[in-house]
Amino acid sequence: MSEDVKKFLYLNRKAPYGTIYALEALEVVLIGAAFDQDVSLAFLDDGVFQLTKGQDTKEIGVKNFSPTFRALGDYEVTKLYVEKESLDERGLSADDLQEIMYEDEDDDWAEKPSIHIVSRAEMADLIADQDVVLSF
Amino acid sequence: MSTLHTVNKSPFTNQSLLSCIAHAKAGDAVLMIEDGVYGAPAGTAVADALAARAGEVSIYVLGPDLAARGLDAGRILDGVNAVDYAGFVDLAAKHDRAVAWL
Repeated sequence: MSEDVKKFLYLNRKAPYGTIYALEALEVVLIGAAFDQDVSLAFLDDGVFQLTKGQDTKEIGVKNFSPTFRALGDYEVTKLYVEKESLDERGLSADDLQEIMYEDEDDDWAEKPSIHIVSRAEMADLIADQDVVLSF
Repeated sequence: MSTLHTVNKSPFTNQSLLSCIAHAKAGDAVLMIEDGVYGAPAGTAVADALAARAGEVSIYVLGPDLAARGLDAGRILDGVNAVDYAGFVDLAAKHDRAVAWL
């Protein structure tokens, strides 16, 4: 990493299929991954619905893009922060989210979870620590 | 280091304004724009939540968007300040990052 690396946060606050925001965010993350920046994804409010297990869109005629989150590790996007209060408000827990792992090249390719559950206060700190925040 | 947060939806349509003020840190600014300005008047269901943070977070509303909607700048919540477009630019320049709450 060179010194012009900036911290980018993609802020996801929309449910996956009712609007195009969530899919567009994922597309931008994948494109942005080519630029070798320090990338994190945040999921709060309805954004937490993007990561739930068991999504099946066959009968609504749109692409189920939830498996794509599991490919992010291959693009070195390995930091997904999910707000606990947003899960709680929606009757969800971490167990309702799909497992997303990455291989840590600095630790003999050990498999590690990409999802980190954080408090609202920690989410506020995360936002305040960024150079650029892109909202979806 | 501080953040300018913008909110562009009515607080009676979604939770963006409330989520924004719950994540803003002391020293940050919140600017209501577009339909976000419906959160600015006194006496609304979100007024108490805004007033509770108005000390440590600076809260602004974009005057041209208030005027466009026929909202009276004289009836906005105490502690909320109206700015014009130049004021918006000043806020963007003053803070280190901008976060849009859509």
